[in-house]
Amino acid sequence: MKLNAKVPAGPLPQKWDQHKFDLKLVNPANKRKYEIIVVGTGLAGASAGASLAELGYNVKIFCIQDSPRRAHSIAAQGGINAAKNYPNDGDSVWRLFYDTVKGGDYRSREANVYRLAQVSANIIDQCVAQGVPFAREYGGLLDNRSFGGAQVSRTFYARGQTGQQLLLGAYSSLMRQAAIGKVKQFSRREMLELIVVDGQARGIVVRNLMTGELESHVGHAVVLATGGYGNVYYLSTNAKNSNATAAWRCHKKGAYFANPCFTQIHPTCIPVSGHYQSKLTLMSESLRNDGRVWVPKKKGDTRSPEHIPEDERDYYLERKYPSFGNLVPRDVASRNAKAVCDDGHGVGETRLAVYLDFADAIQRMGEHTIKEKYGNLFDMYERITDDNPYKVPMRIYPAVHYTMGGLWVDYNLMSTIPGLFVLGEANFSDHGANRLGASALMQGLADGYFVIPYTIGDYLAKSSFNGVDASHAEVKEAESQVEANTQKLLSINGKKTVTEFHRELGQIMWDYVGMSRDENGLQHALTEIPQLREEFWQNLLIPKDSKTLNKNLEFAGRVADFLELGELMARDALERKESCGGHFREEHQTPEGEAMRDDENFAFVSAWEYAGLNNAPNMHKESLTFENVKLTQRSYK
Amino acid sequence: MATKLSLNLQIWRQAGPDKPGKMVDYKLNDVSPDMSFLEMLDVLNDDLLQKGEEPVEFDNDCREGICGMCSLVINGVAHGPQKGTATCQLHMRKFKDGETVTIEPFRAKAFPVVKDLVVDRGAFDRIIAAGGYISINAGGAPDANAIPIPKEYADEAMDAAACIGCGACVAACPNASASLFVSAKISQLALLPQGQPERYRRATSMVAQMDAEGFGDCSNHAECEAVCPKEISIAHIARMKRDYLRSVFK
Repeated sequence: MKLNAKVPAGPLPQKWDQHKFDLKLVNPANKRKYEIIVVGTGLAGASAGASLAELGYNVKIFCIQDSPRRAHSIAAQGGINAAKNYPNDGDSVWRLFYDTVKGGDYRSREANVYRLAQVSANIIDQCVAQGVPFAREYGGLLDNRSFGGAQVSRTFYARGQTGQQLLLGAYSSLMRQAAIGKVKQFSRREMLELIVVDGQARGIVVRNLMTGELESHVGHAVVLATGGYGNVYYLSTNAKNSNATAAWRCHKKGAYFANPCFTQIHPTCIPVSGHYQSKLTLMSESLRNDGRVWVPKKKGDTRSPEHIPEDERDYYLERKYPSFGNLVPRDVASRNAKAVCDDGHGVGETRLAVYLDFADAIQRMGEHTIKEKYGNLFDMYERITDDNPYKVPMRIYPAVHYTMGGLWVDYNLMSTIPGLFVLGEANFSDHGANRLGASALMQGLADGYFVIPYTIGDYLAKSSFNGVDASHAEVKEAESQVEANTQKLLSINGKKTVTEFHRELGQIMWDYVGMSRDENGLQHALTEIPQLREEFWQNLLIPKDSKTLNKNLEFAGRVADFLELGELMARDALERKESCGGHFREEHQTPEGEAMRDDENFAFVSAWEYAGLNNAPNMHKESLTFENVKLTQRSYK
Repeated sequence: MATKLSLNLQIWRQAGPDKPGKMVDYKLNDVSPDMSFLEMLDVLNDDLLQKGEEPVEFDNDCREGICGMCSLVINGVAHGPQKGTATCQLHMRKFKDGETVTIEPFRAKAFPVVKDLVVDRGAFDRIIAAGGYISINAGGAPDANAIPIPKEYADEAMDAAACIGCGACVAACPNASASLFVSAKISQLALLPQGQPERYRRATSMVAQMDAEGFGDCSNHAECEAVCPKEISIAHIARMKRDYLRSVFK
């Protein structure tokens, strides 16, 4: 199948407007005849569910938590970008577009990114109207702050809880539609299979996590907004329930998986403290507005930070990147932290940490101001580490945070399976090889509020649908596949828990498909992962009751999928013989150690087609053409 | 490295919604003080699995104190001993070697037990659906800076909006009232100009739904405020009551 991104013709700034006019409409009376299935209730899913219901479609919405409000978007801290230019500092749609394409190291699709920048301003309007309490100045107008990879202040925020407030806004709109019956809500359901009939995505099979019953739901289109796959690494900033199962099962049903090796390692997380560690906690990038990153100049310096005089400290980001300083993009900050630690300058008990120091900021602005800006983050840091960051510098280290790769979608956000739309982190479209801070919230809400409401109508209006109900052969087939998979898991009588397998996979991924990668390591991962997968299916220890709440069973299904996805990530990383953004191949770096792209051979999206478990997947290429920005070596110096 | 703890755990076990439940004793050694409370339960569950016993089911997700999924009444206190802290952010350094720790679900008529420590908090969704929103469709919003909002109001709205919907307030209240949860939403929207058109209708319908779900009334014990992981003030309950009264006489 030839990939067709369906990017509209015409000059970049007019593409979306023209496309909106060209899209076919469904008239208001007909919208209520359509049933849309939305999976996931984070920013993308909740905003899509609410907006589609507002238009008159019947929406069924599914989430794995006990309430849509708990999706992991809620944990986003720092903010949301928008090209409002309220601070009068030179921002524009074009600049946000440019920064995002550059930040993504020129591996995203121009037209999608431009549209994202265009609708960014509408998102802020929409959220304020919903009652989202963004931070304000004394004059009553909205406040902004800066984030990495930008030299303007375009980030809107609600203390350190921006994701929470935006999600609760979208959730409230969703609940408003639930109250009038346009949205039917299904919580504690996990999507385990996609139902495809006559080549169209027509429904899903879910497991009711409380009773273990399988339920099938059919409709006219499926919107997948199930987030990213960072938990393949076991330790990440993702929530414990975040997983790739829904996306992976769609992949196995024919949806191409794009750029799986593009993962983001966030530079400012609380370091690992012990083997029992179950997840990692992010300290918002916004802290780099005021915190200064440093390590001791002397290798293996074990003095406590207050005993290290100023001239014996290396503020390495400020030294190496004077114009962006501590606000370089995430991939650059992470790689540098790893480099100084690998070089023996790391701090703390494990030597795998650098300092993020607020002493100067506190002296300049006073503790009160710092508390007002970052109080909840400082409190969280103290609760976890037992250190007081007002007194001693934070210790931070990079951790897996976000996945830029995801299911391949065209300009309309439709996957290679007609009728399956993919939104938010679950798709691949906007962030290229590295996402800028405060852009995930922007993309999730852009997709849900302002893109899918237009593009789904076009699909529905142009398609014809055969009647499908619960007794349809494809529905029964999907159900029996899920049942067989569950029984297979339950029939293993092994000795190792699902957490042990997950940890082992995570370690392989972190060591060989992590912050930096090379051919040998990736080849090694490609031998180890299938071995671990084989052991998993022989030696899993699992509670046997499937007709009850059984979290080990849920996790076993997810880890089984991670064991396949991890292999695809390694394969993709091996094939991409260049460095770009978060994908750093040791063999391809500039003399200064920065990522070195190969635009001649690798300016494409790799979209993988599933070919069966024992066959190598097929790679399809969507070549990326840049008509509006000039490809340069990214420089933040 | 701080010394490891040995704990006597007493945990509520209940096989399903209509099954009887009971407290069961477990002994857990080698607990690192740097573990989170939920990581301690992870370790217990691994032990139980290896021994062929059923692991203890408990809700959790973000483990960063923001999603509101975790719960637990620890030693009689919702979210345990540390003030302003959800269970997932509580660390074992708050416990002593040899201590007996009781762990129970959030109990309330409106929060039926699903299994072990997991309860159904669907009532909160239905209360929000009853009016915890501003009626605006995507697409029609005016410019975000069209209406200035005094910083103090925006800040106080944010204080209320910080609610994570965990239900600790209900678990702590002798009446199992959801007043703190409901008032946080009512108050947030009442403080903002955008929330004014539906202000009184909202108060009536949300309070009515809270009653219909079987939550009790507020009689000013303030236990809710004491356990709230986001330290939301009962001043919001006062605002809710004023709005509710006004709505009755409108």
